[in-house]
Amino acid sequence: MTNRIVVAYDDSEPSKRALEHAIEAARLTNAAILVAHVLEWSPYSFLTAEELAERHKRRNEEVSRAKQAVVDPAVAELKKRGLEVDTEIRYGKVAETLIAIAEETGASQIIIGRTGHSTIASRVFGSVAGSLAQVSPVPVTIVP
Amino acid sequence: MQKRISFAAAMAALAVLGSASPAAAQTLGEQVDSIFAASTGWFVALIFADLPGTNIPWIVGWLVVGAVVFTVYFGFIQFRAFGHAIALVSGKYANPKDAGEVSHFQALATALSGTVGLGNIAGVAVAVSIGGAGATFWMILAGLLGMASKFTECTLGVKYRNEYADGTVSGGPMYYLEKGFKERGLPFGKLMAFGFAIMCVLGALGGGNMFQANQAASQIQSVTGAPTWLTGLLLAVIVFAVIVGGIKSIARVTEKVVPFMGIGYVAVSLLIIFMNADMIGWAFGQIFAGAFTDTGIIGGMIGALIQGFRRAAFSNEAGIGSAAIAHSAVRTKEPITEGFVSLLEPFIDTVIICTMTALVIIITGQLLMDAQTGQYILNDAGRIVTASGATGGVPITSAAFESAFSWAPAALAIAVVLFAFSTMITWSYYGLKAWTYMLGEGKNRELVFKVTFCVFVFIGAVSSLDAVLDFSDAALFAMAVFNIIGLYFLMPIVKKELESYLARLQSGEIKPYKK
Repeated sequence: MTNRIVVAYDDSEPSKRALEHAIEAARLTNAAILVAHVLEWSPYSFLTAEELAERHKRRNEEVSRAKQAVVDPAVAELKKRGLEVDTEIRYGKVAETLIAIAEETGASQIIIGRTGHSTIASRVFGSVAGSLAQVSPVPVTIVP
Repeated sequence: MQKRISFAAAMAALAVLGSASPAAAQTLGEQVDSIFAASTGWFVALIFADLPGTNIPWIVGWLVVGAVVFTVYFGFIQFRAFGHAIALVSGKYANPKDAGEVSHFQALATALSGTVGLGNIAGVAVAVSIGGAGATFWMILAGLLGMASKFTECTLGVKYRNEYADGTVSGGPMYYLEKGFKERGLPFGKLMAFGFAIMCVLGALGGGNMFQANQAASQIQSVTGAPTWLTGLLLAVIVFAVIVGGIKSIARVTEKVVPFMGIGYVAVSLLIIFMNADMIGWAFGQIFAGAFTDTGIIGGMIGALIQGFRRAAFSNEAGIGSAAIAHSAVRTKEPITEGFVSLLEPFIDTVIICTMTALVIIITGQLLMDAQTGQYILNDAGRIVTASGATGGVPITSAAFESAFSWAPAALAIAVVLFAFSTMITWSYYGLKAWTYMLGEGKNRELVFKVTFCVFVFIGAVSSLDAVLDFSDAALFAMAVFNIIGLYFLMPIVKKELESYLARLQSGEIKPYKK
């Protein structure tokens, strides 16, 4: 089984730093990289009747936009640098979904960037990095 | 450019209707009212004609018989599947791979925002002020039976929806009447679908619009003194901004606030009920006694039954077919699962929320009774005299809440406007779907309906409750004529789906994803 590293990637600066870190780690351990992009989503949100009817269409649009604008450029870059790459685009709560991806693919670790926000909201409700650190079944690296 | 011209035209139409001075508006309101009553009277009389030799309107019998037939045919599915329905809504059976698609919870929440509205606040007050406490019993029974009707229509709604190449979906009675009848080799499917669609457009303008606007305007008038034509005009403009102007953010905000309003309404009701805990036993005694004995109301026991059933049907829309339009958008491989989920809708709407309203009105002693005979005291119009002197829908409920909390009428006014607004937005969508089913899709055709819808918001606000209520009921119930005939012919299809699903659930082939 290939050694796999899950990187949370959304094209933001912190996530780019996380990706750089993952590249180094992957080279050292001869691992493959799994670029994971999570679209925040709750099945318990409220939508209008019109939004319900268009939901499937919107979802397809959102996924293809994420693929083209975020995931594909990163994959191209990684391939150019000679790394083995997989991708996952999913809906859900970020931390939960990253863990699910790691478990399903048997990944050895998760790497995420730290957003650097220390707002009151993230202190009360916890940040993605915080929840991952607490519940992840595999080692988590938080890149500052 | 086109859009700007039609916008100006609509505004001009509203301005003419709303005619500048308030004094003139009063007489204008009366004029609109009399023209409206005169032009819809025949339709109302037809729908509410009594069964020969009785004083029971045939349409009420139609809905009750339908609900009883579905309840028996599906073996009391509303009780058997209740637990499974909750498991489905909570997402236990949802495939994580489908995240981002419409969930059972979302379809139910949207359908509920169309049904939970003034039927729950004003409709119930109308029911108990005509039919006495006993009407509550029949209302709850109608709610429980209606769960089976809803189950049947929503399963069919998902099974026969149209899925277009771009990923959008359209569903509802129009589609299952047409496609389901064709599949079973039955004639007149298309005709039935058109009949339903015509009534759905009228229902959207009546119960889904005028009744809501009317009661919102009257509650605002009683709290702030603002004339009804002003509220009507404002509501019409806001609805216009959302459905024609495409300002979705307003609808989205309402959609998020309304569920919490509903929860708040139930919480305050429970608070009032428990503040009068010693009265709870008495109140239920009144409800049972009133259901089976003559308490002096017009029509006696049958009068209570008719009011209870009529207002329950108006509130939860079971058998009417409307909710099948919203429910059909869910993403599932098993249409029957949405049927299970939808049966929670009449339960939440009628058995819980409507009962709260009724209990608050009864417990706070709004319905005056002759202490000697135990019979209700009636006014000249044949309505029960209330403690506050309030008459007609929302004012009675408002007075009942006010007797416990002085701030209640203001809070209720906000709730009423938001409920009314969310119901109007949802129904404008139902009406539009029926409209485009008949006429085909197209910007101009859709605009005609949307502008008409806004004009009816205004007419509803300035008309009198009785004229609006009769037409609203008649239009909604007329939808049930076509829908329930369709359900009788298509229910074997639902039964087949049900048996297959239950067998697979039992064998463990269908498993929850989450424990």
